[in-house]
Amino acid sequence: MSTQAPETPSLFPHSSADFGDAPLLVGKHTFHSRLIVGTGKYPDFPTMRQAHIASGADCVTVALRRVDLKNPENNILNHIDLGRMTLLPNTAGCYTVEEAVQVGVMVQEMELGDLIKVEVIGDQKTLMPDPIGTVEATRKLTAMGFTCMSYCSDDIVLCKRLEEAGAAAVMPLGSPIGSGRGVLNPTNIRLIKDAASVPIIVDAGVGCASDCASAMELGVDGLLVNTAIASAKDPVKMAHAIRMATVAGRLSFQAGRMDKRLYASASTPLKDF
Amino acid sequence: MILTLNGEQRDDLAAATVADLLEELGLGTRPVAVMVNGEVVRRAEQAGHRLSDGDSVEVISLIGGG
Repeated sequence: MSTQAPETPSLFPHSSADFGDAPLLVGKHTFHSRLIVGTGKYPDFPTMRQAHIASGADCVTVALRRVDLKNPENNILNHIDLGRMTLLPNTAGCYTVEEAVQVGVMVQEMELGDLIKVEVIGDQKTLMPDPIGTVEATRKLTAMGFTCMSYCSDDIVLCKRLEEAGAAAVMPLGSPIGSGRGVLNPTNIRLIKDAASVPIIVDAGVGCASDCASAMELGVDGLLVNTAIASAKDPVKMAHAIRMATVAGRLSFQAGRMDKRLYASASTPLKDF
Repeated sequence: MILTLNGEQRDDLAAATVADLLEELGLGTRPVAVMVNGEVVRRAEQAGHRLSDGDSVEVISLIGGG
């Protein structure tokens, strides 16, 4: 009997929907995967495309920047499966509400759809979001007709304010962008999820598959993962791992964990031996 | 005419309007947004928006990000 791994790995489970889970609903959008992936930091476009397939994701972030006029053919849209993926343009790099709104105008101009990831950075060194600017940008972009998915710090009051400002999903960070430190304050994330009536998606900070499973076990609705996949030594393999971990964490949350005990409790009956 | 195009001084462009400029740069068919002197020029206005000497033009498109 051959023990060799199959050349093309299975994409089962594709998402928790394979186990009867409801899809992720953000505004009018339905996502079958609870994993959203990014397009930054990949070693090359073919690797990114393979990793996207392996992730099972059907939503992908992109950013807006100056066109590279020396290589105008170098268009990232040629490397994204637009038949499967919904684009989630971000306002990354914006430090003010005005800049974020201007990105919104450009997203409309480019006819990229109504989704936007609202990101207003408040500190250059840590890239921690500006909570006040993020609320204001969410309010303005929502008024412009956007379905806002707002990236923020893991503060319950801030998350409530974002919801009031019109956010269709609130995306607290697990730890700073690209740090790969996992969810540093799981208690905060649980409190945020408990209070929210819009989807809570952990965005930023997960570093590996087990971080994703742990985050999903907190009960959040989804994850946005870029660096953990793109900066892995084998991004395609990590995308498979993170896809399966996201599903595993979701199922583990739904299944309901056993109570923790201080003392042992025999799995095998001790009597009648 | 001298333009600042994506941060670079250019005197080699013949375009008279924003729409002409996109055509000249080979960007007429892909999703781009254009800002002239910090203001977005909407698609409907691009053919009518004449460029002037000293204008700062930013042509924005999509890149990878998280």
